[in-house]
Amino acid sequence: MTTAANNIEIDRDKGDFKYAETHKFDAGVGLNEGTVDYICDVKGEDDWIRDFRKRALKVFQDKPMPTHWATKDLENIDFNKIRYYLAGDQRAKKSWDDVPDEVKETFERLGIPENERKFLAGVEAQFDSEAAYSNIKEAVAKDGVIFMGSTDGLMEHPEIFKKWFGKVIPTGDNKFSALNSAVFSGGSFIYVPPGVKVSHPLQAYFRINAENFGQFERTLIIADEGSEVTYMEGCTAPKFDTATLHSAVVELVAMPGAKIEYITVQNWSSNVFNLVTKRAIAHENSVVKWIDCNIGSRLTMKYPGVILKGRKARGEVLSIALANDGQHQDTGAKMIHAADDTTSNVISKSISVGKGRSTYRGQVHMPKHLKGCKNNTECDALLINSDSRTDTYPAITVRGDQNYVQHEASVSKVSAEQIFYMQQRGLSEAEAMSLSVNGFVNDLTRQFPMEYSVELKRLIELEMEGSVG
Amino acid sequence: MSASLEIKNLNVSIGNKQIIKDFSLTIPKGEVHAIMGPNGTGKSTLAKALAGHPDYEITSGDALMDGESIIDMEVDERSRAGLFLAFQYPMEIPGVSIANFIRAARNARLPEGEELNAPAYYKELYEKMDTLKIDRKFTSRSINEGFSGGEKKRCEILQLAMLNPKYAILDETDSGLDIDALKIVSEGVNALRGPGLGALVITHYQRLLDYIVPDKVHVMYDGRIVKSGDKSLALELESKGYDWIKEIAGDAA
Repeated sequence: MTTAANNIEIDRDKGDFKYAETHKFDAGVGLNEGTVDYICDVKGEDDWIRDFRKRALKVFQDKPMPTHWATKDLENIDFNKIRYYLAGDQRAKKSWDDVPDEVKETFERLGIPENERKFLAGVEAQFDSEAAYSNIKEAVAKDGVIFMGSTDGLMEHPEIFKKWFGKVIPTGDNKFSALNSAVFSGGSFIYVPPGVKVSHPLQAYFRINAENFGQFERTLIIADEGSEVTYMEGCTAPKFDTATLHSAVVELVAMPGAKIEYITVQNWSSNVFNLVTKRAIAHENSVVKWIDCNIGSRLTMKYPGVILKGRKARGEVLSIALANDGQHQDTGAKMIHAADDTTSNVISKSISVGKGRSTYRGQVHMPKHLKGCKNNTECDALLINSDSRTDTYPAITVRGDQNYVQHEASVSKVSAEQIFYMQQRGLSEAEAMSLSVNGFVNDLTRQFPMEYSVELKRLIELEMEGSVG
Repeated sequence: MSASLEIKNLNVSIGNKQIIKDFSLTIPKGEVHAIMGPNGTGKSTLAKALAGHPDYEITSGDALMDGESIIDMEVDERSRAGLFLAFQYPMEIPGVSIANFIRAARNARLPEGEELNAPAYYKELYEKMDTLKIDRKFTSRSINEGFSGGEKKRCEILQLAMLNPKYAILDETDSGLDIDALKIVSEGVNALRGPGLGALVITHYQRLLDYIVPDKVHVMYDGRIVKSGDKSLALELESKGYDWIKEIAGDAA
């Protein structure tokens, strides 16, 4: 059955977004030491960064693709055909007329404000939000909060940056953290001074500019003792990009008593390989909460993690994934307990539609010498159609006799009887399906900021329309 | 144009098995008809087939609402045309609250582009919940999840009250109810009785009909109506038992 939702997928695959790109800075295709030098030269980076990048490049080149456990689809990434650094105002010279109707319709359905649509469709290089961004910067600067791009952060605050950069996620953690460490650009650098509670969520959305549209972002957030901050990245609206590989690294550091909440809504176009490494170090009495929502991309591999380093630290991952035709959402969480009385909570809800595939991978680690640690994991999968697929791979290692782990998993489908009941009240089959699916993720979407949860609800409705009939 | 729910020579099968056999019945607006009969005789099948359940095939015959045939309509079309079924086993919909569910049902009936007036909706919802003695806390609970039998049935009647159908089929609404719940549910239904509503009450026991007094009673056996009468027929059936019916059905065959 061809519907608007299906049409969007088909158009994306055909690459309707081919257009002439002119860039001020272009490292060219392929990756070698010359590419790294180019990036450093353009940015005017210090030698320590250049060395860091070059060492990372070597690690990246030496590491094999992890296809012994991950999907073989990774082999379809051709590293030689990728552009690793693009910047400049001329990035997207496409006309609004060229944007497919289905795309425009999606924006309409999701209620995306007029002025944002051109940016999201790649018609405009820069979302004219400099004003909004500056206002936020000013407001939080009064409290001593540093909120800037990672490139600027690296230059202007090397003492803070160097202390933690690459310490939460070492270069050699995996092939893609190594890649990011070699070519990173863009992303946010945030430092919150002790005791400061940032009242308004900080958004990355405003900051995406012509510099590679989030391809190899590197984000570092440090919340000093007793401080609190919420950070949001991404948006529900589909982001169309010809760049096929996105490999971000996000490092969070929660000092004693601090609280960090990191919210991501990802909806990359279906040509994108989205391979992200996200991890936090949580010190004594701190809390780190990852709220992760994956709707787009061809393949997403992402396992937000928390290293519970200090006593009574708490880590949480709330994850929603929706996989439609041609998509594989391979997500999960990592909770590494490294101190007594630490707690972790993982709630994962995945929905597989059409031929979509969802995978949950959850690591929970509690060594023998610890006591009083608790983990609670709940992973629920919803299968919509008969070809939909879901897999669960929990990796739980608990040692010692004073630790506690609870793991619950469920797989369900929306029953025909439930649909009949809802239809008997006047809802169409598609409306009934979206209501069920929204109900399934309701516990989690309730925890998103209001605008996100409203958009998410509409997005789910849109995705579900193609699933019935 | 007739203001009635008219079932004409309806034959319904599930798979190869025929359940409803040449069934005819007319329920005029403003009247309450009761159908009684032993288990397995097709009462619930009739209800579900009229609502459009995909498992049941109407092999011949017709059903008309106010003169318009509904058997080719989708389940939701029939609902929006004014048909309501109070389920015998209401479904749980996790994560969907009573308030949101009924709101979605109400929105489905509004013309394109129009939205529900939220304060007016909630005012009405709470008033009706109070009448049916459903605790207001239930508004945010997932519909039917963890509800007792009585709570589920009252929730069905709440939906009936909020959706204002033209024709309502109540499928064994009394099963699993204690006397108090039975009274509350019956009061809820009676409050909606009037010239604008035609109701078909399907029940196993006469007791419900003490509270929802029917205008006509029909006895169903082996997929068809074998005897009709007024409310006293229900009492006669109760005292004589279903064997009596089998006799009559045997005579009629």
